[in-house]
Amino acid sequence: MDILTLFIVVPVLTVIVLLFVNKLEKARLIALAGMIIQLIMSINLINEYMKARAAGDHAIMLFERNVPWYSDFNANYHIGVDGVSVLMILLTTLIVIAGIFVSWKIDYMPKEFFISLIVLASGVYGFFISLDLFTMFVFYEIAVIPMYLLIGIWGSGPREYAAMKLTLMLMGASALLLVSLFGIYYYSGTNGMEPTFDLMELANRKMDFAAQKIFYPLAFIGFGTIGALFPFHTWSPDGHASAPTAVSMLHAGVLMKLGGYGIFRFIMFLMPEGALFWQDFFLILAVTGVTYGAMAAIQQTDLKYINAYSSVSHLGLVLFALLMINKTAWNGAMLQSLSHGFITALFFALIGMIYGRTHVRDITKMTGMMRIVPFLGVAYVIAALANLGLPGFSGFVAEMNIFMGGFLNNDLYKQAMTVFAVSSIVVTAVYMLRLVGRMLYGPVTTVYTNLPKAFWYEKVAIGILVLFITLIGTLPFWWLQFIQESVDNFIKPLVH
Amino acid sequence: MNTFDYIYLVPLIPLLMFLFLGFTAKRIKEPISGYLGTAGLLAVFILSYYTAYRYFFVDGIVDGKFQQIRVMVKEGWIHFTDKLAIDIGIIIDPISVMMLVVVSTVSLMVHIYSLGYMHKDTGFSRFYAYLSLFTFSMLGLVLASNLFLIYIFWELVGVSSYLLIGFYFEKPSAVSASKKAFIVTRFADMFFLIGILMVGYFGQSFDFMTLNSDSTISMINSWIQNHQIFSFLGLSIFTYALIFVFIGGMGKSAMFPLHIWLPDAMEGPTPVSALIHAATMVVAGVYLVARLFPLYYHIEGGAALRFVAIVGTFSALFAAIIALTQEDIKRVLAFSTMSQIGYMMMALGVSGFDEHEGLGYMAGMFHLFTHAMFKALLFLVAGAVIHAVHSNFMDKMGGLHKHMPISSWTFLIAALAISGIPPFAGFFSKDEILTAAFEYNKVIWFVGFLVAGMTAFYMFRLYFRIFHHKNTEYEHPPHEAPWNMSFALIFLAVMTMAVGFISFSEYVSADLKPFHSHIHWGDPLVIGSILIALTGIGAAYLMYYKQTEYPAKVASGFGKVYHWTKNKFYMDELYLFVTHKIIFDKISKPIAWFDRNVIDGFMNLLGVTTENLSERIKFIQSGRLQDYAMYFVSGVVAIVMIIIYFR
Repeated sequence: MDILTLFIVVPVLTVIVLLFVNKLEKARLIALAGMIIQLIMSINLINEYMKARAAGDHAIMLFERNVPWYSDFNANYHIGVDGVSVLMILLTTLIVIAGIFVSWKIDYMPKEFFISLIVLASGVYGFFISLDLFTMFVFYEIAVIPMYLLIGIWGSGPREYAAMKLTLMLMGASALLLVSLFGIYYYSGTNGMEPTFDLMELANRKMDFAAQKIFYPLAFIGFGTIGALFPFHTWSPDGHASAPTAVSMLHAGVLMKLGGYGIFRFIMFLMPEGALFWQDFFLILAVTGVTYGAMAAIQQTDLKYINAYSSVSHLGLVLFALLMINKTAWNGAMLQSLSHGFITALFFALIGMIYGRTHVRDITKMTGMMRIVPFLGVAYVIAALANLGLPGFSGFVAEMNIFMGGFLNNDLYKQAMTVFAVSSIVVTAVYMLRLVGRMLYGPVTTVYTNLPKAFWYEKVAIGILVLFITLIGTLPFWWLQFIQESVDNFIKPLVH
Repeated sequence: MNTFDYIYLVPLIPLLMFLFLGFTAKRIKEPISGYLGTAGLLAVFILSYYTAYRYFFVDGIVDGKFQQIRVMVKEGWIHFTDKLAIDIGIIIDPISVMMLVVVSTVSLMVHIYSLGYMHKDTGFSRFYAYLSLFTFSMLGLVLASNLFLIYIFWELVGVSSYLLIGFYFEKPSAVSASKKAFIVTRFADMFFLIGILMVGYFGQSFDFMTLNSDSTISMINSWIQNHQIFSFLGLSIFTYALIFVFIGGMGKSAMFPLHIWLPDAMEGPTPVSALIHAATMVVAGVYLVARLFPLYYHIEGGAALRFVAIVGTFSALFAAIIALTQEDIKRVLAFSTMSQIGYMMMALGVSGFDEHEGLGYMAGMFHLFTHAMFKALLFLVAGAVIHAVHSNFMDKMGGLHKHMPISSWTFLIAALAISGIPPFAGFFSKDEILTAAFEYNKVIWFVGFLVAGMTAFYMFRLYFRIFHHKNTEYEHPPHEAPWNMSFALIFLAVMTMAVGFISFSEYVSADLKPFHSHIHWGDPLVIGSILIALTGIGAAYLMYYKQTEYPAKVASGFGKVYHWTKNKFYMDELYLFVTHKIIFDKISKPIAWFDRNVIDGFMNLLGVTTENLSERIKFIQSGRLQDYAMYFVSGVVAIVMIIIYFR
């Protein structure tokens, strides 16, 4: 079996083994073991990938495999990876592992919880390795549907409403995406050729401009919705607020990245003229999202809402960068996807840990948590500083690539948009420091003085995430070497 | 190979110290962590002085000109494009070496002083970890060879300042002061960042040596002349870029109107105020302008530099006026710092470039150097006094001269230095600034002259009211500071007396060529500035040496004006109004409401409507397979028809 298919097989096997256990102690160990295998494979994949590139393999995609799957539709199980997908796979693995540690003591239906979590993860892996639009869409749906169960069963607050809203909005977006994919499929067959879903094959066929104009915005909104594109982001605050911790981590950390990744990998690549035609329009939505999300975050008092709006702002930057259509900005977009993945997962992990102790998420009701749970307090400060783009952490390097890329456009309109986007760094500082000042600093709230300190499994989860936030922030060139060659290939249709 | 290859150790040692102390803060207790931090700084101090010796006296000067040497640590840390990159490199030239001396000297003294000052504080180890972090960032800032790299360290000094101002994080006033400092400087940094992007876009490099080169300057100037660069209100966008970069400097250096964070920053422990908010971080803005001085001076006839001169001059006056009436001794010193930095900015702003023309540049750097010594000293004495009296307010003090003689004498030396009385350090640098200003513009000179008088007055008001004035009865009789604190005071007092005699222009000059400048003792300018300083001191003596009625009379004589200055011209209230009443209430709140009610409301409405609709059409869900097949087929047919239609 090839090394990519294993990324789906191992989670499936893990799920099968999980079916036969009932106890939490066993379930979490099995889940962890499965994901550790994934981690080893992820690292091995990076290693193999670097070896292949060093040996002079300059194919766009490596480790390709193409198996007919549904031949009537000409849909194939076509897989392969490049630099960006390799890193995304690593991100997914690390966040699932951190999520398992965070859910170490989950008491309600642990087995089913871990099964749903890993099924979701397997969908994500499949998405990142797919080179066939149909296969990609199938995996995408596998990733989205368990979310409904995870929020509806293990969530808190108005969880059924939130789960319903999240699923319906994402499904609605999927419908738009599906229409667009069928459009691409249909128009690939116009010159007497057989229509195809194959990404590499489609790239060689030129899609009709009039069709691009129709199907590009549908697909952009379809992927944009999960990537928190304004004004299709409202599922995210409610969804995250109700979701259990590990699900929030995985959802904000990985699933929301599928949007930007899909636009990068499929939509802009296959419909370059449509992308250029709609560029300015979507740019306004993206910039609005960046500043609007940050401004809305200032008013929130619920930790999860603050983070959800912060995500709208920071993922807005991913879309913003993609719409800038130049290499520097795209490097930044991919780096920001990774960076935001780790940072936001860290936030949600910490929020879960604090909520688990105080049963409150309102920052006006807690003060002086730094004295009570110092480890979590320090980690929260680190997360806040990383989020506001402090050098040394991942957010900074990503944002600087984005802003520089935006500014390198020889076009006053785009430069002005960049200036707007830059203003978000101030607003982010306002809401992050407000949160830190209210919740962590100040005199201790007496009812909370006896709360337990951080447990070892919590420290492991935080440690993993902080480590990678600093690794990206201090060694950006290592990460960028993967991203750059991928971006170089995929931006070609758009720039001449 | 290069003589200065070891230089990366200078920022590296404090960084490692920070990481070590940060990770072991729980286990390594006082005083070990303090000794470790101090030992690390001592190594940095020795390396810095060695570098200064090597650079200024052995290797630095080639063919009558100081060389700019670049030591590359990591090329292409981030590559934006082929030409634009963030390289991690170190630049060695007169101003960076001078700053190295300033930062390492003051930082070492603060480390030693804090062994006594922070004694028995629960956060002792954390304090030393933060001090190391700050020292690392500041050394990185002064050594950075790249405009983007300076921005990186710029943010890092900002966050160290944030952590240290909010060091007593259980005190709400400290928390809000730290937040304010960070956000105000971040606001300025936004302009800085935009300025960097613009400079990079036009200059096609972030490297200082490339940006400051004649070829880059003449290229940009020719673009401006040929109208190839967009211009706005008669100035080219590139000049705006330089102004934006300077706004970043205004934020860090507390220039009007971005100064409001500095007085509040005094909530931090006093050694921190001495290190960060008097001697090093707050002069980063001055250093930044000096770093890019060739650009500021040559682009579009120095239009951006005129802006620097105006902002500097106004801030010097504005802060001096406020300092006259403040009661909290640290706040007096804070406004004094702002005023003196205004002086430095003014000096850069009025400077020419070649040889003697560049007197202002030299004087600004010289003043930065001397000011760092005596202002750090003033703060450290203030810390010793606060430590002894347990209050920041002057009316709780008085008559301390007999209790704390070392503090009193060292404070007097520093006060004489800042007032500009020869032979103390401040006299020499201030006099050069006024000379340069006089040649440039008489109004700017006159403001500077006036500020010199005010400085002498408020500084001696402070001195007399702390150490003489009245015989306050203390609950606990104040003691002289312990040996480690006194050592730092005496060392800095010696520096304050000595550094004025350095003939600075032989080392630091705008065009890197040494020149000779000396004081003309008979010059009316020199005599005038000594006289106005003496007048200020005399007035302070009359009003404050003994308790008199004059202060109250003068205050009531000024009426409204007195209240305005005492309330710092209501700048804080103005900011609060703009941020809370306008940005939070009129922008942010409506957006949050709009999102929850309009956008989300629309989505919910969509959901409710769908539900109603499905109530009506649920008979379709008959459960019969052939019905479903029918719907499915008709759906597919419809989609296909739509697609064919649009084709």
